[in-house]
Amino acid sequence: MSSKQKAIVIGSGVVGLTVADYLTDSLFDVTIYSASSGPDSSCCSWWAGGMLAPYCEQETAEPIIGKLAKESLVYWQDNAANYHSLGTLVLATQRDLPLLYDFKNKTESWLDVGRTDIERLEPHVDRRLISGLYFENEAHIDPRKTLQKLEQKLKAKGAIFNYGQRLSDEYIETQLNADWIIDCRGMGGKKRLSSLRGVRGEMLYLQSDEIQLSRPIRLLHPRIPIYIVPRGNGLFMVGASMIESENDGPISVRATMELLSSVYTVNPAFGEASILETGADLRPAFDDNIPAIHQDGRYLSINGMYRHGYLAAPAMARRTLDIVSGSASLEEIRNEDYS
Amino acid sequence: MSLVFYGESFSSRLLLGTAQYPSPQIMKSAIEVSGCEILTASVRREAAKGRDGQKFWSLIQQTGCRILPNTAGCKSVQEAVTTAHMARELFDTPWIKLEVIGNDDTLQPNVFGLVEAAKILCEEGFNVFPYTTTDLGVAEKLVDFGCQVLMPWGSPIGSGRGLNDLYALRSFRAHFPDISLVIDAGIGTASHATQALELGYDAVLLNTAVAKAGDSVAMAEAFKYALFAGRKAFEAKAINPRDMAMPSTPVVGTPFWHTHD
Repeated sequence: MSSKQKAIVIGSGVVGLTVADYLTDSLFDVTIYSASSGPDSSCCSWWAGGMLAPYCEQETAEPIIGKLAKESLVYWQDNAANYHSLGTLVLATQRDLPLLYDFKNKTESWLDVGRTDIERLEPHVDRRLISGLYFENEAHIDPRKTLQKLEQKLKAKGAIFNYGQRLSDEYIETQLNADWIIDCRGMGGKKRLSSLRGVRGEMLYLQSDEIQLSRPIRLLHPRIPIYIVPRGNGLFMVGASMIESENDGPISVRATMELLSSVYTVNPAFGEASILETGADLRPAFDDNIPAIHQDGRYLSINGMYRHGYLAAPAMARRTLDIVSGSASLEEIRNEDYS
Repeated sequence: MSLVFYGESFSSRLLLGTAQYPSPQIMKSAIEVSGCEILTASVRREAAKGRDGQKFWSLIQQTGCRILPNTAGCKSVQEAVTTAHMARELFDTPWIKLEVIGNDDTLQPNVFGLVEAAKILCEEGFNVFPYTTTDLGVAEKLVDFGCQVLMPWGSPIGSGRGLNDLYALRSFRAHFPDISLVIDAGIGTASHATQALELGYDAVLLNTAVAKAGDSVAMAEAFKYALFAGRKAFEAKAINPRDMAMPSTPVVGTPFWHTHD
């Protein structure tokens, strides 16, 4: 018999899998329960952009996100699928240039780029886009393949997956037997976390044989900022709306039109692309849009990743390990200096 | 004299929008520090259906501010009226900020649709706050149909250009001396709000200027003082500008050799 402690992780999104990874590297036998039937579309992480963009996110995120993101980048270099360290290109049309100046004021580590630089970085960006910012220290990954890769890694390390198990809160409280129960269910855990809210995001997958992009492109707009993340082989993920609504129904016609018209601005050849998939899901968020760990004895919850799932999950997972292994208290983690 | 909207008095002259903040927490702090008593909340139909936006709306309601629901983004009379009905039910208020947008790109009000929708909603007992241009003919119609508040734009929504047409805004104020007037849209920074109140406007409605500022909370506080200054200056009756210098100390009796310094 193993003398390891037993940990149960609930949820198989990016938080659940990274937590499981940190724990199985350590002194724990890990069992994962998930309502999904595998890494699939029922999970918010499936719909992510996969941009590891700590600097771009400074535009709206608190400084803590930057710190979590920089730690997580190191983890993803070894663990993500299709990790590309090619930076991010932020663009605005001529009429929206003031937005580019605002973006610049709120972020760090960018380079001003003009038409020639944009042409060199991304030859397939429309010539009318002549000003931008290049964040060279950012990266992007393929979220779906990353979930699959992590699942394989965990299985190889002996973690046990119980898919198709939607556990009720009561079951979790009374029936699960483990040294630690780590709740990583995102919106699935909202009954226990009254302040958790869902922020709706809508996205598209497009296929184009004419367009090649190497890195994520963000196009600024006063109402409809979008990003395009290349997934390779002519596949592009386009996102994402941000709506304060907990409706997780299919994408609306308006959101589709808005996303598509912005994509068309980046390159009119997108007009000939095929729409392979549309999707909509809810980002779990607390009032401050910062992820948080809650503890109730042997029960821990890691939630509120908002739009920073891949950006911050490994760093949150490492903090979870610190708590369960006794090397840090929840209080110490909450009082960390993020400045 | 305090600010009056449909018979209710308010001490703050700021109305704040609730979109685009970095987080709800920052929004709440900004609202608190601004002293604002009225918040606008946009009612998108996908959020209204099944009350899917309830979580966010209850965050807004927790501030204790009066809610002014908004038909933001509506392009037809029918859309605006339907959205107003949903808003009345969701927020249990007859108040409605009426926007009928004429152009997706410029976000200019469609004044024809606005007048038509205002007529319907006033007849149905709504207290309508119409977002309009400075056109006096349009505004007269809105007042005829029962609007007791008019909200002309300073400049296009989100442009941050401040008060684009001072002459038009002055005539608007002069033409409607007894109607509550709010500058809605275009405010970019604190001095724009001061200027609006110096012109005699009763209040200012803004969102982007605070939500997208580098420090939303600090900017909200700046607006609080800007509005205080603008109103005080208006009440204090500013001097009229003149072309020639007018010495503030009497010239008579000044020793003659000082004039050649």
